[in-house]
Amino acid sequence: MTAPGASATEVPALTPWRIADIAAALLALDGASIGGVSLRAPAGPVREAWLARLSALRGGAPCSRMPAGIGDARLLGGLDLTATLAMGRPVAERGLLAEADGGVLIVAMAERVEAATAAKLCAVMDAGAVTVERDGIALTIPTRFAVVALDEGIAADERPPAALTDRLALRLDLTALSHREIEPPVFDAESLAAARARVAATIDDETIACLCAAALALGIDSTRTALQAVKVARLVAALAGREAVAPEDAALAAALVLAPRATQLPARSEEAEAQEPGPEPDSQPDSPPSESDEQAAAPPRDLDEMVLDVAKAAIPAGLLAQLLAAGGRTRARAAGRAGQLQKAAQRGRVVGSKAGDLRGGARLDVVETLRAAAPWQRLRHSEAAMAGRNGLIVRREDFRIARYKQRSETATLFIVDASGSSALQRLAEAKGAVRLLLAECYVRRDEVALIAFRKAQAEIVLSPTRSLVAAERALAGLPGGGATPLATAIEAACALADAVRRKGRTPALVTRS
Amino acid sequence: MDGLLDHADVVGQRLRREGEAESGETGSSLAMPAAAIAKRPLRAPKRAAAWPADGRAPPFPFSAIVAQEEMKRALLLAAIDPTIGGVLIFGDRGTGKSTAVRALAALLPPMRAVVGDPYNGAPQAGARGQKTHLVPVPVVDLPLGATEDRVVGALDLEKALASGEKAFQPGLLARAHRGFLYIDEANLLEDHLVDVLLDVAASGENVVEREGLSIRHPARFVLVGSGNPEEGELRPQLLDRFGLSVEVATPADLPTRIAVVKRRDAYDRDPRGFCGQWQAADQAIGRRLIAGRKRLAQIETSDAALTRVAELCLHLGTDGLRGELTLMRTARALAALEGAQEILDSHIRTVAPMALRHRLRRNPLDEAGSTVRVERALAEVFGP
Repeated sequence: MTAPGASATEVPALTPWRIADIAAALLALDGASIGGVSLRAPAGPVREAWLARLSALRGGAPCSRMPAGIGDARLLGGLDLTATLAMGRPVAERGLLAEADGGVLIVAMAERVEAATAAKLCAVMDAGAVTVERDGIALTIPTRFAVVALDEGIAADERPPAALTDRLALRLDLTALSHREIEPPVFDAESLAAARARVAATIDDETIACLCAAALALGIDSTRTALQAVKVARLVAALAGREAVAPEDAALAAALVLAPRATQLPARSEEAEAQEPGPEPDSQPDSPPSESDEQAAAPPRDLDEMVLDVAKAAIPAGLLAQLLAAGGRTRARAAGRAGQLQKAAQRGRVVGSKAGDLRGGARLDVVETLRAAAPWQRLRHSEAAMAGRNGLIVRREDFRIARYKQRSETATLFIVDASGSSALQRLAEAKGAVRLLLAECYVRRDEVALIAFRKAQAEIVLSPTRSLVAAERALAGLPGGGATPLATAIEAACALADAVRRKGRTPALVTRS
Repeated sequence: MDGLLDHADVVGQRLRREGEAESGETGSSLAMPAAAIAKRPLRAPKRAAAWPADGRAPPFPFSAIVAQEEMKRALLLAAIDPTIGGVLIFGDRGTGKSTAVRALAALLPPMRAVVGDPYNGAPQAGARGQKTHLVPVPVVDLPLGATEDRVVGALDLEKALASGEKAFQPGLLARAHRGFLYIDEANLLEDHLVDVLLDVAASGENVVEREGLSIRHPARFVLVGSGNPEEGELRPQLLDRFGLSVEVATPADLPTRIAVVKRRDAYDRDPRGFCGQWQAADQAIGRRLIAGRKRLAQIETSDAALTRVAELCLHLGTDGLRGELTLMRTARALAALEGAQEILDSHIRTVAPMALRHRLRRNPLDEAGSTVRVERALAEVFGP
């Protein structure tokens, strides 16, 4: 390896589009080895341009497309009923994941993909093969593909399942990008073909250690991420025409893989800060170009430092602001606002079918029942021939009942201290919060309730409601003053939460005292 | 103290009784209606000619897994004594949960089975003229998208279509008999499949009724599950069914992480070469496993050890006797694995967290995790 950090000048200005462009090239080069990319962007010209770029780099080969609500039969494969009946022997049908072998699988609306679907997809990515154990068919089909998860989420907690994004090395956020910022392509199919001959670029132990250290410094827990950074570094080196991973390749890999996952800003050593007054953690978050200019002027320094700096510069502006605001480590946890998935007998979205009886008002899944009955017709006819029966023979064990799932609604219960100690200011705050939430509820179809406690008792001021008018009226007439009966309030809140749950909603309690 | 000794006595008797029952059972006939079973190899379904042969890489070697000692130990102990009742591995993403389980398959010494038996049946004790052969211990993956008919077995579709003939096609439960059944993301498994699994795991027998065919075959397997707590909780019934429970976390120190990444990277680049390097280490573990299994029957379960175990469980207030039994068996398996003559306090201490942490009653006033509570109880019972 060359002197560490000596060639920092070569690190190009990393505009968001350029990062996206490199990501597309890496995907086209060997996307399956790095999992793929999670692309957060609304449907629009920028996303289309990126997908077109990817398609062009792949020589126009078509991509497989996976809808968010895909069923297991289509995803994994199973029995091809038409062919089976025509041929008189079981014919397996290849699922989408087997078809995607050697290509790119686009997961549409990835933020709406269910954890169970994501887990199946992940299992196939991990094993490098689809294991089909369905409809009397058992086989293993090797398949390798890169995943492009199109994330159209808007709210911070609308994200694709973490199990999936954890396996996708690259993470892009083009939400804030305008189509005017799209730059001309840097790579073309020929340069990729040349790079493909070099994908086995070597990487030395020092660089691996450095990428691991950078991941740790940025507060990234999964070891899978550090491993992905190593693989991306290799591909980046191949793309740049190098046989071995150079420091700038490692830095770029850190920017691509580690930066978007940062959960904390690295603590800087004091001497480093004294050395270069340039890029402070709280410098302008959206000016990575100027920062890399400064890097060129900066004195030679450690490989570790350089990798970390480039990664830090590449932390998306929104995330950086969030990290700075948190002042330290933030743990991205699910906000718990989505109502629990409820298994309903009759309502909601069909999530499959299972064998079962028709008792208890279960709904027959006619197509699945016929599918279940079809292969056995010949056998049954030979038995029924003596009895002289004709036509389709469906038996009780063929019955398939549809399984439904629906997202239960959330009811947020506010428990507010209206006692003398805190009445005036906090009561006003709580009223404001409930009003805001109610406005949001109109969009989200959630409910809000308000329990105030003062003097000797807790009172349900507002029963769970979605009505703006009723809520406004109850809030306006809320009195304050007196003692603080917290225990009574908690008891009342639990009772109300129970009642809410019995109605099939998911309660969430917010206490202000 | 009298009550305590009584308690220990009950557990001791139960252990002895079960031991006899199990040793009697292994040789006994595995009751199955032979007439109903098609004599055909277990991997019955045909591969369509157009699909490529499976040229996948060998699994990551067990011995090359960095750190995660508790998880590795739990898997080995469950392999030494299947009556411990399986392992549940819960933890962060990317900690090598499924890697370890799949690696275990490569370690296990082959077992003797009757030739042509679709259920890997063990040779009968007194029977003559039975042809047996060595087969690898099955480690069966239960994929999340599996349908019920493939899990429990169903009529053979091909025979029904081609010749209108009724024949039973064994499912995954049959394939896992005498081996391991692995469920990745156990908390995401469909509820109706979980019910079937619980039922079979409890009875050791799988019953299928379909098309007027009634099949009953043995299905005794070690259940190994893994999952991520963030994806959802496991149903308490299923939780209790696992003998051991292990929590895995990402290693926090840099050198360990670097070692993880380096080894995995080396494996990904050249799986066969990498496995070759670790073959000797894997074989050494395999030999320890065989030696441990042989020694298991000779290890004495002393009254002192039983008292210790009962004391610990009373202290923690675990429900029922399953905690004591599992802890005792696990400690015995560890003693066997380590080549000890008898169960020592150190063995009990080592395995107590994994045997008990998922059996504690939730105490809303105690914020500490269940692992901390077990350790606290250990310190109180055994001294610091």
